Amino acid sequence: MRLTLEIWRQKNGSDPGRFVTYEVEANEHMSFLEMLDVLNQGLIAKGEEPVAFDNDCREGICGMCGFLIDGQAHGPNHPGTVCQLHMRFFHDGQKLRLEPWRAAAFPIVKDLVVNRSALDRIIAAGGYNSVRTGSAPEANAILINKNDSDQAMEAAACIGCGACVAACPNAAAALFTGAKITQLSLLPQGQPERYIRVINMAGQHESEGFGHCTSIGECQAVCPAGIKIEVIARMNKDFIRASLKRRETTPPATISKSGSPYA
Amino acid sequence: MTDLNSKIPAGPLEKKWDEHKAHLKLVNPANKRKHTVIVVGTGLAGASAAASLGEMGYKVLSFCFQDSPRRAHSIAAQGGINAAKNYQNDGDSVYRLFYDTIKGGDFRAREANVYRLAQVSVNIIDQCVAQGVPFGREYSGTLANRSFGGAQVSRTFYARGQTGQQLLLGAYQALMKQVSAGTVVHHSRREMLELVVVDGRARGIVTRNLVTGKIESHVADAVVLCTGGYGNTFYLSTNAKGCNASAIWRAHRKGAFFANPCYTQIHPTCIPKSGEYQSKLTLMSESLRNDGRVWVPKKKGDHRPPNEIPEDERDYYLERVYPSFGNLAPRDVSSRQAKYACDEGRGVGPGGLGVYLDFGDGIKRLGKKVIDERYGNLFEMYERITGDDPHVVPMRIYPAVHYTMGGLWVDYNLMSSIPGLFVGGEANFSDHGANRLGASALMQGLADGYFVLPFTVSDYLASGGYAKVDTNHAAVKDAEREVQGRLDKFLAINGKNSVDHFHRALGEIMWEDCGMARSKESLTRALEQIPKLQEQFWSDLRVTGAGADLNQELEKAGRVADFFELAQLLCYDALKREESCGGHFRVEHQTPDGEAKRNDAEFAYVAAWEWKGADETPELHKEPLVYENIQLATRSYK
Repeated sequence: MRLTLEIWRQKNGSDPGRFVTYEVEANEHMSFLEMLDVLNQGLIAKGEEPVAFDNDCREGICGMCGFLIDGQAHGPNHPGTVCQLHMRFFHDGQKLRLEPWRAAAFPIVKDLVVNRSALDRIIAAGGYNSVRTGSAPEANAILINKNDSDQAMEAAACIGCGACVAACPNAAAALFTGAKITQLSLLPQGQPERYIRVINMAGQHESEGFGHCTSIGECQAVCPAGIKIEVIARMNKDFIRASLKRRETTPPATISKSGSPYA
Repeated sequence: MTDLNSKIPAGPLEKKWDEHKAHLKLVNPANKRKHTVIVVGTGLAGASAAASLGEMGYKVLSFCFQDSPRRAHSIAAQGGINAAKNYQNDGDSVYRLFYDTIKGGDFRAREANVYRLAQVSVNIIDQCVAQGVPFGREYSGTLANRSFGGAQVSRTFYARGQTGQQLLLGAYQALMKQVSAGTVVHHSRREMLELVVVDGRARGIVTRNLVTGKIESHVADAVVLCTGGYGNTFYLSTNAKGCNASAIWRAHRKGAFFANPCYTQIHPTCIPKSGEYQSKLTLMSESLRNDGRVWVPKKKGDHRPPNEIPEDERDYYLERVYPSFGNLAPRDVSSRQAKYACDEGRGVGPGGLGVYLDFGDGIKRLGKKVIDERYGNLFEMYERITGDDPHVVPMRIYPAVHYTMGGLWVDYNLMSSIPGLFVGGEANFSDHGANRLGASALMQGLADGYFVLPFTVSDYLASGGYAKVDTNHAAVKDAEREVQGRLDKFLAINGKNSVDHFHRALGEIMWEDCGMARSKESLTRALEQIPKLQEQFWSDLRVTGAGADLNQELEKAGRVADFFELAQLLCYDALKREESCGGHFRVEHQTPDGEAKRNDAEFAYVAAWEWKGADETPELHKEPLVYENIQLATRSYK
């Protein structure tokens, strides 16, 4: 099959960027990224610079890949990442437009590659249980209801790819943040830091320049890990309770971007 | 030949680690922040080591080449993690886990290391549960277990099919907590391109900032490499695209011995290659062989669709050759049999490189519902990739390179032959011998990172004896110049062929001549062909773009240049190991019925190779494997 691709090319963060049109010959057995490999090999042969795109495991779990195909995060086959998308979902002569995640909090590095370190800083702000290495109690000492554990697992399945942000008209990372908060708040081990966690993570989310959630649901529709929007409801509930509990204390500490090693 | 001192403590096996740990030196709390430790790699071993060292109060510099520490390839591990908890009351114990691991490794691992691994396995589960890792549970609220290959007990803990992901995220979160606390400074999109050695000790690294192209140096009092295995030497493997051996190979060239490079694991159940453009291979969990039957047509070149081939014209070869283990024969054995069938011209699918894994009987026996409960997600994954529904058409599978047991040589303290250079996880050689059992890689990564390195690195730092070093030191400047020189060289070749072209060609040689079955003839051929291809690489390579930019071709060029050198050591080690053991199968050394034949009298040793220069033969150092507690035995699965 022959495809026409309009791909966003941008040399670096200061280049304004533009769409460039390419033709590529593919077959239905290829993955979408293998099709781009073929395009890139052709570009190298012509002495042109290949299209930069992030990818690593190519099994849909590492969360490194992702871009928009005709405006859809990870393309038309949901749920799944773009590395798991195969060319049989496309037909000969089709024209596709590829562009990077678009969000103020995800500055473009090059072509389809963006900087998602804001998500790491949200986790650093509180996405953990503080437990010293070697100090944990016997694993079966605390029993956990299977239902809670299963729901925690569903939320924990988030791969941190950023598709939810790219799909959200407000560019909110609420699905991402809510997923981690939900996982930890469903488990007994997550209770001691439950409310400080939600305050700090939500505060970091805001300071990174992500928008607010207005319950549109686009995030859930594109999430390759099947995270449900109820994690945002759980986060909001905890946030309100936390705000009441913490009225007299100081505002949350956020991690600065400038002082960060990711700059 | 220098003396290889493995520093295994004296005393009874079960007391070695506790006694040793009790006598390791400590660093005073006020002095800890004066010490800097570099940790390269953020997989299970790296993230857990960096988090633990940071928490202890050291100043930790952490590095990964991906855009976030959460992407490391540990994340892709599916099945589970072993631990000797004996929650199932099925007779498990530390000793049994130790014995199964030693036996699974075909008696080519160190007793003391493996015993320690089994001991700390129980602490790993406690740690992860406290972190909030949502392991599978029973309705009673206790942790659930499943069984895995090579064991008669149920000791594998799991989080659905995403155990590696959940364990890694636990370690990553612990790491990010220390980033927030200020004890760890993390650097993403940085690739280590050189090790800095001062006065014979590892004192720093040179990295390239993959976004700006800047060459940066970092100095420290100790360097820890947790940078994974070298499976991508074969180009096609189940490793992530970015997995590479440059960190350990650069360290090897600076004096760290490389142990048992020929021990590579080939996993029997992967989705076969579908064309020349294939970029990587995807694993299908070993658990599928519980209810799937493996077969090929009896006739050569039988191109009929599988469902049109009648029962009596099918060869269920694993059941035929190994009547007692059948389709559950271990990884190395099953892989080899698949190769034999395809070599005979009975393989199926494009190029005849595939065998069927058929669920027809399983569905008839148990019903579609039960099969879906057990394997539903794997069936979906297979269908997503191939477009075929395994309920209707048998899966097509083929073996693929999956894991490398070899790696940098380390002593009992996980320190390499360069003082101050520690190595953890898949990057070292220490615990799996010649073959790794399922669910043991996660266990080893976390054991090294949480429970071994923090103590042994402290001991090294407390021992002192090294001068202050800064980034203006001559050794640092030399290393920077070397790195810059190499990068400039890649960009200046201006040849015709891309990095992938050469990498794919290297992979083909490795797979054909140093893959599932190796012989003196094939290895000699590989050792002639690889240098020729390497020469072409250095004269005909085309790297587009510039150095001062995100340049993925330039990144790949450096990695493949190192794979070329490593590939030769791998083949050389395979040539010199005149026996078959675990993942290393020499066709000259087999029993009359085609099984691996070990030679304990001559080869019960660790082969640790010393780099002597680009055109020199590496020097072999032997560490004899002494078994004080177990009897060497022959593995049989008939």
